[in-house]
Formats: sequence, structure tokens, C-alpha cells
Amino acid sequence: MQVWECVVCGFIYDEAKGLPEDGIAPGTKWEDVPADWACPDCGVAKADFSMQLLAA
Amino acid sequence: MTDATDPIVIIGSGLAGYTVAREVRKLDAQRALVLVTGDGGDFYSKPMLSNALAQNKNAAQLVNTPAATMAAQIGLALRNGTKATRIDRAAHRIETSDGAIGYSQLVLAIGADPIRLPLGGDAADRVRSVNDLRDYAAFRTELGGTRRVAIIGAGLIGCEFANDLAGAGFSVVVIDPMARPLASLLPPAAGDAVRLALADAGIEWRLGTGVESVNATAAGMRLSLADGSTLDADVVLSAVGLRPRTQLAREAGLTIERGIVVDAHGRTSDPDIMAIGDCAQYGSAVLPYVLPIMNAARSLARTLTGNPTPIAFPTMPVIVKTPACPVVVAPAPKDVQGEWSTEGDGRDLKLVFSDGAQRVRGFALTGARTGERAALVKMVTT
Repeated sequence: MQVWECVVCGFIYDEAKGLPEDGIAPGTKWEDVPADWACPDCGVAKADFSMQLLAA
Repeated sequence: MTDATDPIVIIGSGLAGYTVAREVRKLDAQRALVLVTGDGGDFYSKPMLSNALAQNKNAAQLVNTPAATMAAQIGLALRNGTKATRIDRAAHRIETSDGAIGYSQLVLAIGADPIRLPLGGDAADRVRSVNDLRDYAAFRTELGGTRRVAIIGAGLIGCEFANDLAGAGFSVVVIDPMARPLASLLPPAAGDAVRLALADAGIEWRLGTGVESVNATAAGMRLSLADGSTLDADVVLSAVGLRPRTQLAREAGLTIERGIVVDAHGRTSDPDIMAIGDCAQYGSAVLPYVLPIMNAARSLARTLTGNPTPIAFPTMPVIVKTPACPVVVAPAPKDVQGEWSTEGDGRDLKLVFSDGAQRVRGFALTGARTGERAALVKMVTT
């Protein structure tokens, strides 16, 4: 499981936790997050900006 | 003469400047990049300034990536603490506080200054604006040990700061001549939802009036409003909008209107000089938001690396980070006739703007309905 950080705003996406409020189940890998998903904090689209991989 | 051996020079180390650099580097591993900034060049998220208290972060903790790390990660020559003073278009070089730098292509990502309203009174110069990390550090220092904050302006920045400060226990009053907050972004029903939700969070509104003067009192400051009322505050924050920084471009003879005018490719009236972000004017609009920067940066990077690519703006909703009543809004184009329809109640509203052909052209979501953003974005005809 990896942890990704939005380069624009610092929002953390943790694959282990997923994002249930956005319909993304715990354990969802970054590559399986839907292409039309957008950062909940700043709105940057997944396609617009790659998140940075953090040491989990 | 363009000398392709000269670097691409970017002026500005905000989101726009660094994003252009990063996108160029994705396309061209070799091209020399120089980033010139009068600041230190640390990368931070400007939108986070207005909700840092809720994030439990101070100014130093808002730095995502230090300047040297940014330079190393992207692969650019950073000239921080270096103020660009003049563009010599004929010679293809800029003059700076630390010597001249030649460019093959120049990118202006120099941002905007806060607009300051003329205020009377002997404490008008104590009214703060927060436009960068340094301003924010000073603002936080001034907040220490105080309780009452007056915010001039109920736009996006004013509302976000109001919510953040109220959440941290400050007593917050927001003054604005409009009848509702976010009046330039939101239809009235959504503005009312925000007004009521933030009032429930403890924020006091003084709407339909403006501040005329700010005077010192023994304990703090007293604001005198146009409606004859007064209010007392320890700290006063002005958040009444941004004005693109145009001086450098103007003195170089580039076309300026509200901002530095750019064409469909992001080029100014000099094809070797581009502008992006809060300093730029795209068509007739200035778009001082995150998503236009991200989109424009990708196009500019292609154009800069020899593949001219027009900027294509998709639907770019603006997010207002007011936790008491979050807002996502995609304003309808100003020249489109149509009608708003409203669903929901209380602070949880979905408003959709449809044109005469029943096409969705804009929307506003508040409260819990902000979760429908992705679905609405897909429905919009641009």
C-alpha cells in the first residue's frame, strides 16, 4: 500500500484507507482511482496532476 | 534574435511558475530552465493560507517543498532573492537585481497584488492583506493574543479566512457592500446558504455597507462603516480582490488590459514571451484560480518545447473552502442567457444554470451537495 500527496495542496491519499466518502474503497491502488476523480481539497484532477509518492 | 541555446526563463515561484517548469521538464529532460524569483522560492500552496488554522499549521509548516529541493527535483537553475527589473525584448534578456539573464523564451508567472480600498483614519495602514506566505506569517504574529478580527470583503478569500478564524475561536465580523457573501461567484440562493451557515458558525455579517475609516483605539481599532455603524477589532484583514501585476510587461511594451493579455497559446503580444496565472488575461477574463493554472501550464509547456498547443480550458469548478458550508461553483459564461434551477434545502443546495437550449452551462453546489461535483462537471457544455 502506498501513500500519495497532492502536489498542489498537500492532500493525502492513502491507498490503505481509500476515500469512502468519494466512493473509493479502502485498499484501492492509486492507478485504480477513477480518472475523473478530483482532489477533494483543491479540485485538481487526477489527470491534471500526478500525486507525489510518499514513503508509507 | 532567439538563441535556442539560451534557457527558458520563468519569472515567479508560485504555483504557475513551478508548474510550467515541471511540465516543461516532463516533455524535455535537457532543456535549460531558469526560474527567477524575488522570494525565497519555497513551494507552498497559496490556497492553504486561508485554512491553515484548521490544518493546525503555521506559516513555516505550510511550506510543502523547500526551494532547493524544488530546483533539484525539477532540474532547474533557481535564482531566488533575485528581482526581475526589466525585460529587454530586443536583446532577449531580462535585467535583475543580480545581473542580466538571457532567454530564448520568457514566461511571466508574476502573480497579482491585493487590491486595497482607500480607507480613512489613523489606523488605515494597520489593515493587512495576505497574499503570500510572508504576509501570512506576519498576520499570524499579529493575531497572537487577540480575539476580534474584522474582515473587509466577503469574497472567496474573505469567507475562507472568516471560517478558519471562527473555527479557531476568534470573534469574526465580515463587511461587504453586497447583500450576500460570494456575490460575484454565486447565485443568491447559494449565497444565502453560505451566509446562514457561517452565521451559525459564529461569524457576524455586516452586509450592504462598506468600511470608510479605521482609527486606533486604546484597545485596538474601530472601523466606521458607510451605514453609520462602528465595530471594534484587534486585527483587520482586507480581502477585496486581486489586481494582476503588469508593470514589468507594461514597461516592456506588451499589451495590457486588466492583466497581461495572452492569446490562445498563452503568448503575450511578443511571441517569445508568455504569461500564465494570476497576472494573465485569457480572452477577456482573469482567472486567479488553481485549475486554470494547471491547464494552461500543460499547454504552455508543449508550446515552449516546440509543439504549439492552444490552451483548452475544460469546466473548472472553483472550490470555496468554508467547512461550515463548502461550495463548488462553475460560474456560467457571462454572455449566456439562461435560468437557475434549485434543488435541496438549508445549506445543502444544488443549483444548475441552463441556457435557452436546455444545456447545462454552470452550477453551484453547497454543503453536502458538493459531493456531486464530478457528476455535474460531466453535464456542463462549455
